Amino acid sequence: MDIHEYQAKDILARFGVPVPRGGVVYNPEQAAYRVTEIGGAAWVVKAQVHAGGRGEAGGVKFCRSDHEVQDFANHLFGRRLVTRQSAPGGKPVLRVYVEQASDVARELYFGIVLDRRIERVVIIASTEGGTEIEELTTSRPDALVRTTIDPAVGFVEFQAREIAFALGIEPTQIAQASRIFRAAYRAFRDLDATMLEINPLAVTGDGAIIALDAKMSFDDNALFRHPDISELRDASQEDARESHAADRGLSYVGLDGDIGCMINGAGLAMATMDMIKIAGGEPANFLDIGGGASPERVAKAFRAVLQDGNVKAMLVNIFAGINRCDWVATGIVSAFKEIDVKIPVVVRLAGTHVEEGQQILRDSGLPIVTADGLAEAAEKAVAAVGTRL
Amino acid sequence: MAILLTEHTRVIVQGITGRIARFHTEDMIGYGTNVVGGVTPGKGGGSIFDRPIFDTVKNAVDATGAQASIVFVPPPFAADSIMEAADAGIRYCVCITDGIPTQDMMRVKRYMRRYKAEQRMRLTGPNCAGTISPGRAMMGIMPGHIYLPGRVGIIGRSGTLGYEAAAQLKALGIGVSTSVGIGGDPVNGSSFRDHLELFETDDETDAVVLIGEIGGPQEAEGAAYVHDHMTKPVIAYIAGLSAPKGRRMGHAGAIVSAAGESAQEKAEILTAAGVTMAPDPSSVGATVAGVLQECGLLTAAIA
Repeated sequence: MDIHEYQAKDILARFGVPVPRGGVVYNPEQAAYRVTEIGGAAWVVKAQVHAGGRGEAGGVKFCRSDHEVQDFANHLFGRRLVTRQSAPGGKPVLRVYVEQASDVARELYFGIVLDRRIERVVIIASTEGGTEIEELTTSRPDALVRTTIDPAVGFVEFQAREIAFALGIEPTQIAQASRIFRAAYRAFRDLDATMLEINPLAVTGDGAIIALDAKMSFDDNALFRHPDISELRDASQEDARESHAADRGLSYVGLDGDIGCMINGAGLAMATMDMIKIAGGEPANFLDIGGGASPERVAKAFRAVLQDGNVKAMLVNIFAGINRCDWVATGIVSAFKEIDVKIPVVVRLAGTHVEEGQQILRDSGLPIVTADGLAEAAEKAVAAVGTRL
Repeated sequence: MAILLTEHTRVIVQGITGRIARFHTEDMIGYGTNVVGGVTPGKGGGSIFDRPIFDTVKNAVDATGAQASIVFVPPPFAADSIMEAADAGIRYCVCITDGIPTQDMMRVKRYMRRYKAEQRMRLTGPNCAGTISPGRAMMGIMPGHIYLPGRVGIIGRSGTLGYEAAAQLKALGIGVSTSVGIGGDPVNGSSFRDHLELFETDDETDAVVLIGEIGGPQEAEGAAYVHDHMTKPVIAYIAGLSAPKGRRMGHAGAIVSAAGESAQEKAEILTAAGVTMAPDPSSVGATVAGVLQECGLLTAAIA
């Protein structure tokens, strides 16, 4: 789960990482008020969206007066910001952050990620702040300092010191830098983050070290023990189709094609989508309905897929293990009756009680196309696109 | 003798009194698995399916000589249960639980390193379908009847896609020595490489099917092992050709976040290592049959 910059800064500040004075605003009028509240002589105004690359997309501005702050906030609100990392449609700007500008002497990079190869948390730091980490990894791997954390002992003081020295921090600021690095790690560890990025981490003219930008993502599997983090979810930044499905406990990813998919199991779902592509079609979504496909769940999944107006045909592929095909078929039939399905639906059932399941579909008299194998199902779905019931 | 599990392996079920655990325990016993008991803290002294329930894994091991454990404990407590099994002297553990926090799994892996290599428990999963040695025993949630006993090993991340492969093999009369689901989480107990190693030395396995997906480095590690050490043929399929970069596809670990993690790149890496790729997910069975034929192993595989 992703959160906004201002939320990440709020968390980091609580753990002891210095951040500039600032405040979030929900409309342009609040922006001018925040300026007085924050004080200072110059401000940075930033669109709050869940996508990197906001600066070059025109979502960030340095302002010297409260008028300028309000004008820019006015310009941002209600727009969709299209960045290099966002989907082509961009992300809506519904919150704007105003903070005091800092006197920046040096810009550093500080990040914490999970390295799946060694199955450890790794700290990555660099003197090249402000640059994208992906770019650094390829263009200047030598400019990166990597430090591996042992989960049994955590981020040890000497490791933090080594990073600080490697970044060329002044001797008088080493203790301060180590404290900040370890505070950031504590936030990552205590809150079950999967990614934390402070880019840039600035050294100011008067020697302070301060986080000018912050990004954090959290482990969805650990949200059960962090209700306060769950509350930071911002549905406006998610694909509407995905929020709808997520609210109903379905694992759904929206894509750009026109063949809706409903499958049990993540791997089989990906394989079915591959098969659609090979057959010359484009999947509209990834959807794993999981193990217990009760009629209610099947109906919910049908609705989630059909929510997408681009869907012109639907492919249901169920390999019943614990499930039983006859139960799934009953679910499909009742979903069909409950929802007014207007597009062709291809169903492939396999596994436990497959004959009974197919019989139920045939007996229903519904215009359901059945298929035996994966390839046949995908070909029939691709052929069905554009035909009408 | 198949890998990891036979009809003689003494198995306990952790969290045996839960609804899902009870359902699958009955299924496992029905399949022929030697389930010798279960563990639910606070319910020790009771019994279920004529098997004793214990409060701790240590008690269960002492009383039954259990060698293997299958974990059906809910996500907040599952990591703790795996560590308890490792400490009690369990040699092989399958964790079915989906939704364990990644940092918990990192702690589990670190904890397991406390034990010397020869005493260290082997872990499959979490978030997996489990392990089955067809016709002998199963520790998992798979439908046993879709597997034919035989001489091809299967290692896959996904449960249902593994079923798909096993069913395609069965349709061609090809059986399976052992099928292992390694699970869809970013940090898991054993990798493709670990299981390839076991199949390479198993004299009842002639060929191995590897079913991977987008995300993570484990398919590439498996490829390196195949290239350097495998003498047996390996056939593979990688799911997720149509998956966009940076999007998580259901499994916590199924996300392309670094170079070499897309389905196309993994397929290229495996091909370069000498693995035969199935061109699409519906022709895994046919590709295996073709490779077995080429190696003169098809008759043995079908008989």
